[in-house]
Amino acid sequence: MTKLSAAYFALLKHWQTLTGYKYFWPVFLIAGLAFCAAASASEFLDLYLQLILIYVGINIILTVSLNLINGYMGEFSVGHAGFMAVGAYVASLLTVHVFPPGAVNILFPLAILAGGVGAALIGFLVAIPSFKTRGDYLAIVTLAFCMIVKSVLENIDAVGGPRGLLGMEKLTTLPWVFFWTVLSVWVIRNLVYSNFGRGVLSIREDEIASDLMSVNTRQVKIIAFVVSSFFAGIAGGLFAHALQFINPRMFDILKSTDILIMVYLGGIASISGSIIGAVIYTILLEILRPLGIWRMVLMPLMLVLLMIYRPRGIMGLREARLFIPLRDLVTEKLWRQKKKEAPDASA
Amino acid sequence: MPLLEIFRLTHRFAGLCAVSDFNFSIEPHELVGVIGPNGAGKTTVFNLITGVYKASEGSIKLNDRELVGLTPHQITRSGIARTFQNIRIFKELSVLDNVRIAHYGQIAYTPAEALLHIGRFRAEEKRITNLSLDLLAIFKLDDSANEKAKNLPYGLQRRLEIARALATRPALLLLDEPAAGMNPNEIIQLMEFIRWIRQTFSVTIILIEHQMRLVMGICERLVVLDFGATIAAGLPSEIQKNPKVMEAYLGVEVAS
Repeated sequence: MTKLSAAYFALLKHWQTLTGYKYFWPVFLIAGLAFCAAASASEFLDLYLQLILIYVGINIILTVSLNLINGYMGEFSVGHAGFMAVGAYVASLLTVHVFPPGAVNILFPLAILAGGVGAALIGFLVAIPSFKTRGDYLAIVTLAFCMIVKSVLENIDAVGGPRGLLGMEKLTTLPWVFFWTVLSVWVIRNLVYSNFGRGVLSIREDEIASDLMSVNTRQVKIIAFVVSSFFAGIAGGLFAHALQFINPRMFDILKSTDILIMVYLGGIASISGSIIGAVIYTILLEILRPLGIWRMVLMPLMLVLLMIYRPRGIMGLREARLFIPLRDLVTEKLWRQKKKEAPDASA
Repeated sequence: MPLLEIFRLTHRFAGLCAVSDFNFSIEPHELVGVIGPNGAGKTTVFNLITGVYKASEGSIKLNDRELVGLTPHQITRSGIARTFQNIRIFKELSVLDNVRIAHYGQIAYTPAEALLHIGRFRAEEKRITNLSLDLLAIFKLDDSANEKAKNLPYGLQRRLEIARALATRPALLLLDEPAAGMNPNEIIQLMEFIRWIRQTFSVTIILIEHQMRLVMGICERLVVLDFGATIAAGLPSEIQKNPKVMEAYLGVEVAS
């Protein structure tokens, strides 16, 4: 155990030195995109590995966006799979029935975007009960929402009812997943380090005090829910076009639970944590596949142990410096220096 | 013209009358104390003024603008800020963020600009951060700007809470038992501090307090509440001798 934690801290330290390297992000983005493009074009990664990477990306989008509500805002939403379903169905209907078959390839990003917008509209509606209810009660509301989405989809024959929807082309390629993942992480990071993000955090800390400190809590909640569900919708669209088949049962409460696990595994209120959580969970599920049914015993057991020894998750309430905007880092550095110069000045 | 005018304010919690027929007015730059025994309805009055509770009856006017029915953040933006009896700073956030959050209403960029970090975002963030750091420097909290608020000692947390309230640029500052948990020495310092705040930020102050030493020392006028109704009002020296007040605080026999 001590060896493991030493490695963990070594990794953390290494991470901090990386942040001093200002070319990290440009290099990472270009190299990542090049790798994804090469992998999907020349198939030097076999299709199975590519599919796992695609799932990793989709799960990162889902986890980061849910973390906005459950981690940063401190609410407990279990309806994320519902938003994902909306995005998946809207995008699939567009590519299967609406767009001309020849142009589907080019119009694919538009379909994904439409899925996100559809989910965001629904997210706007779900934000309204959050004005009045909090905590457990809001969890019940989002649970109900998730069930409504599932049963509505099961009862519309035009989208295949309980049988589901198929006929999508395999349009979700690795470069597209990379693009949407980077976009969602970037946008949510931007939101968190803005006035509205600070509003989200203050709602978690003390909603009444936050309202009394001039924060328009309704506006903040609407923004958080709309952004979060938008990206859940994006992930849903990508998921549908990776699997090429969707049915309502895929988006029930169990799917939400999966996302919740990744959020709490990685750590609340941390973007780096969400990424780590999504990567570890997705890859572990694949690695443990040979264990068959025992996988479903081992994974929860790991979660229980994690919650006992690291109740806030791997990165709970902390952030890797890579994700903190330079401006905030600089202010921090300035104050550290000042403190060093005049250590006895603290009142 | 009075800055704040409260007329026949009444508030009931399921039949219990917490505040009844409360009248009050305060001129700009006054420092008025509200005192009364436990459960007299003092904090309820603050909660009604700031919109945490919606008044059952009556009116509250700030500069002739009706406040009853507005949400707390609208009331704060119209110029009333407060602190709390038991400190309610944002514990897990940095001292700097605590103050930056209070600038929420003064930021001029839209959500879209925030999501993409474009347009006015950078300039506004810089402006707000500098304003907050200046305010922290005035309150001698700048050395702990990046500390989590919960790590500050108790006295500094109180100071941070006042700094945060002032960041909303209030005309009227409501202090709810600022001396709670302080020793006599600290109370003397606090008196100086409150006078200094009134001078520096030119705010009007209403103070709820239990510590007689503090109220008698700095308030220009006192209002005494008991069972949600005003039982006395006037100069501190008059209040001190008022038999009704002594009765409310000490009981009938001692007073007579």
